[in-house]
Amino acid sequence: MAGPERYFQPEIEKMDPEALRALQLERLKKTVELCYESIPFYKQRFDQLGIRPEDVISLDDLARLPFTTKQDMRDAYPFNLFAIPADDARVQRLHASSGTTGNATVCGYTQNDIDVWGDTFARAIAQVGGGAASILQVSYGYGLFTGGLGAHEGGIRMRATILPMSSGNTRRQVQMMKDFGVDILACTPSYALLIADTAIEMGYDPANDFKVAGAILGAEPCSEGMRRDIENKLGVKMVDIYGLSEVMGPGVSCECRYQTGLHVAEDHFIIEIVDPKTLQAVPDGQWGEVVFSTLSKECSPLIRYRTRDISRILPGECACGRTLRRMDRITGRTDDMLIIRGVNVFPSQFQEVLANFPEVASHYQIILTSKGPLDYVTLKVETVPEFDFDEIRKIENLRQRINGELKSNLQVSVDVQVSEPKSIERSEGKARRVIDLREKGN
Amino acid sequence: MIDQIVVFLENKKGRLAALCRAIGDAGISMHALTVADTANYGVARIIADTPARACEVLGAAGFRASLTKVFAIEVPDKAGGLASLLETFDAADINVEYAYCFTVEGGKAIDVLRIDSSLNVEKIITGAGFRVVRPEELYR
Repeated sequence: MAGPERYFQPEIEKMDPEALRALQLERLKKTVELCYESIPFYKQRFDQLGIRPEDVISLDDLARLPFTTKQDMRDAYPFNLFAIPADDARVQRLHASSGTTGNATVCGYTQNDIDVWGDTFARAIAQVGGGAASILQVSYGYGLFTGGLGAHEGGIRMRATILPMSSGNTRRQVQMMKDFGVDILACTPSYALLIADTAIEMGYDPANDFKVAGAILGAEPCSEGMRRDIENKLGVKMVDIYGLSEVMGPGVSCECRYQTGLHVAEDHFIIEIVDPKTLQAVPDGQWGEVVFSTLSKECSPLIRYRTRDISRILPGECACGRTLRRMDRITGRTDDMLIIRGVNVFPSQFQEVLANFPEVASHYQIILTSKGPLDYVTLKVETVPEFDFDEIRKIENLRQRINGELKSNLQVSVDVQVSEPKSIERSEGKARRVIDLREKGN
Repeated sequence: MIDQIVVFLENKKGRLAALCRAIGDAGISMHALTVADTANYGVARIIADTPARACEVLGAAGFRASLTKVFAIEVPDKAGGLASLLETFDAADINVEYAYCFTVEGGKAIDVLRIDSSLNVEKIITGAGFRVVRPEELYR
């Protein structure tokens, strides 16, 4: 992707940092007031802490405000955290998390909320070199999940041509991508890889035969190895987009083409990184839990929402010219963190190690079981088609090398199992990488 | 050298049966089958009358199958036949990765050997009085 850097809202994206902080403070004050006046939950929290909205006079005062947790959102089911009643004419849409582990978390959007969301995703379209002339294939699932409609709104704000595929029917996805001359693909990384592999299976070489040049992928972790795989197979520049339905959806932050961290939409959100145990802010560059406060949301504003995602602020300037600060790619979740034989491990760390083995495909699965009082880890991998498995020695050697790397990187001993091709579940949405079959309470 | 079909098999119930069924349904006949197994997986090695097609059929059935070149050597079907062949390799300092045998009509035994083919193996084999089986003798 050559050519000059493209921006969707250069006046914001390249804003003077001082002016940006002033804008944030102005909007934070409004948000705090809105929360205090319109949401009894927040009024109660503020009152308990003895804080009044007018006490917020600088951005530093944010640290005095109460946190909001996923559980708070579940307890508020369905509409108790809404600043505007759901049946009010101003509220245009509802999104909700899947709710597989408890009550769903529900968010409402006014038209302005939807437009802000679309603007942030449109910035991502520009970040992969797209514009109003682009054809955007949205292969995120459409529905309550924010992926599909978030990307869709981005396409609308950019005035791009939208191909609303949703997920599934992968061969058709490939055919239309080719026939319609799609420029940009938006979906999950695992689905992008499935689309690429399906295209290759169908006899195409998408890197050369297809027009697609950019991919805006998010909603699940993607290792550098998987990124290279997707970029090489599809012939695209891939940017990682981040967002969560509680805060808005995809677009809260997004990489630029330099792929050195995700620029946070700081005009609409304030990012903080805190130590998940002490809840104290950590210095820039240090890992911790990502916390967001919304600055523009009208229906579902949030103050200091604990995302449970682990990242860090990347200090320094970015080559793309954006002044919006960058967060690192998510390395894990505070609650995804696996404790294996007492060692803290994130599934993404397995992925990073495997990325160094060209002999294995990007798909993997971690299976945790108990052997007596001990945790037992099985890692299922598939070899790439070029791997010569005629000599058992070679397979055993590969297993040992992977095990050795995992042991030295993660301090965890793993039984590496080489599996038959395609025996590890491919997914059209979020891939299920960890299966925990351990007996609880030992 | 001849083409051998190599198939990666997970240690899962019914995988070998499914493999044989896929080959059988395609009308392909196997001359030899051997399975090397470990705790987690096995590797099936097959000599069949149409190796390339067998490989295709297995790939389409979801197996990871590939072709590798191996030596097929005719050995007299009598005591010590294989021993003297292997002694020849040993004397020439040639490492044999694996070996298996099958018999064909007429009481002849054929030994299949995976040997580093960069060496001048064929000359050594014939020099010791053994015959290398040509592909057309085994393929249809």
